[in-house]
Amino acid sequence: MAERRIQGRPAAPGFFAGTLHVEAARAVAAVEIEAGEAGARALRAAMARAGAALAALAARMQGEAGDIIGFQLALLEDDALTEGAFHAIEAGVPADAAFAAALDAEITDYQTSGDAVFAARAADLSDLRDRVLAALRGEAPAAAAAPGSIIVAADFTPSRFLEQDWSRGGALVLAGGSASGHVAILARGRGVPMIAGAPVAGLASGMQALVQADAGLLVAEPAAPSRAAFVAAQAAADAAASGAAEFALRPALTRDGTPVAVHLNIAGLADIAGLDPALCDGIGLTRTEFLFQGAALPDEAAQYAFYRRLVDWARGRPVVIRTLDAGGDKPVKGVTIDGESNPFLGLRGIRLSLAGPDIFRVQLRALLRASAHGALKIMLPMVTVPVELEAARALLADEAARLRAAGAAIGQPELGIMVEVPACALALDLFDADFFSIGSNDLTQYVTAAGRDMASVAALADPAHPAVLRLIALCAAHGVTSGRSVSLCGDAAADPRLVPLLLDAGLRSLSVAPPFAGLVKQAIAAHDLRKKFRGETT
Amino acid sequence: MSIVTAAEMLTNATGLHARPAVKLTGLAKSFAASVEIAVSPDGPWSDAKSPVKVMRVRAPQGTLLHMRASGVDAQAAVDALCALARARFGEDEAGAAHG
Repeated sequence: MAERRIQGRPAAPGFFAGTLHVEAARAVAAVEIEAGEAGARALRAAMARAGAALAALAARMQGEAGDIIGFQLALLEDDALTEGAFHAIEAGVPADAAFAAALDAEITDYQTSGDAVFAARAADLSDLRDRVLAALRGEAPAAAAAPGSIIVAADFTPSRFLEQDWSRGGALVLAGGSASGHVAILARGRGVPMIAGAPVAGLASGMQALVQADAGLLVAEPAAPSRAAFVAAQAAADAAASGAAEFALRPALTRDGTPVAVHLNIAGLADIAGLDPALCDGIGLTRTEFLFQGAALPDEAAQYAFYRRLVDWARGRPVVIRTLDAGGDKPVKGVTIDGESNPFLGLRGIRLSLAGPDIFRVQLRALLRASAHGALKIMLPMVTVPVELEAARALLADEAARLRAAGAAIGQPELGIMVEVPACALALDLFDADFFSIGSNDLTQYVTAAGRDMASVAALADPAHPAVLRLIALCAAHGVTSGRSVSLCGDAAADPRLVPLLLDAGLRSLSVAPPFAGLVKQAIAAHDLRKKFRGETT
Repeated sequence: MSIVTAAEMLTNATGLHARPAVKLTGLAKSFAASVEIAVSPDGPWSDAKSPVKVMRVRAPQGTLLHMRASGVDAQAAVDALCALARARFGEDEAGAAHG
């Protein structure tokens, strides 16, 4: 059989070679679902079956996984969850529709709570809903895949993930899903390689396959050259991981002994769950967009709770929080403008925040309050002209005065800017910011006029282009003369091939996603800044 | 029958979310007394034995959680719930140093 290469998006890193287990799409219910007395009886029986399956599962689980199942069980055993559904069934609504409506109401309530921690539990409720509905419609539970299988499915629920025996490895390849989803978080935590958004049609159970999740690649019925390439890539990744692990918890030093600060880029608490803060010199970039992805905007209390947890986790290390960077490739419902002809050059980042500062003010208040508890710093995205920084500073001062007048405890957070717009990078001395952080993804696409989201021009959007590196060097030099910190928080910082170029450009601070911290520290340790010096003078 | 009331600050990081809610309702159910919670002393009051209702209260970190109970072991129930909240629902050791 001919080899097939299937490209999806990396959701959890890792390599796995094994046999495919393709989940058939569930048959649509052929069963008649009733209302009235019979419907109520059927729903009770279905809940009992789902509950028994969950209880059996909970007995095998520990830690986070056990808590998720335990929470679902507690809800299922609570009459308050279903009293509305049973009233509706009595009134003539079919049992499945009644139960789904009751759960959907609860799910919407969680999703619109404006509290990220709370909203995250909505997935547990949908999972519970689907379990009970499947039992009610008499659907057989999906046949369990043999341990060590590569599971291919349209989508996957957290409880299915937890049910699966991963002790002999395995991998997950989904047609849907995303890297930020709940299942992806579980997969990363469990070390299960996962690919999302893969065109899986045509794959069949029993096929041999290779999963190279770091590259989002599945190769079915691989030919010999693909097998050889897979083995080599896996060996290289293993070697890098074992080497990098040694460096992870140590301060980063170049070969010649120059210290380099390594910070973390995060988007949510899941990114730092279980991590020792000694891994880093602080948080260099907190993307707050995810807080704004629910149906309702997060209120001050929900934002404060999140920022406060980051500050507490960092134990005195700096925590840089970027204010809402909506727009461009990150639309936020009710905030960004739909249908801009070129969103990357449109009303995004600080431009959007200043255009309608109500949402911005709420965020500044939450940040000011959280800054009373640690070294929180505020960073503004997409700054183009100094007046934007000054306008934000004025709003910050205004909110600080109001909070103080109300007796709230607040700190004095530093105010810095992202350097993403070439107009800003070229005139950095005009910006009176406390610190600077180069957003190399956007800076590169603006300097090279090549969209980062367009495969046809992606090769042009190269952060190693001398023009980009010269701009970075210019910014780093301004940092030295002005005594202000200049860091870099784009993807370039996590690429071991680019790290030497960034250090040579004068940067002494980088910020990367947590899994890359060890790798980047290793790349820093391998680099000798004296070589560059000698190279220039001889 | 007299009503016993108390209030306790939620200091654990997630507040009264999934795990703490399951613990709180589990503990409340171990008492015969009827136990209710609220985020304001004026209510609305929610059944502390119902995880679904406790989750609907949506009390984040920093909430002063009000409790009231009535029944034979009302005082013991309120004391136990306060102790659970003070113990941060058994979570969050790392954050404790900053509390």
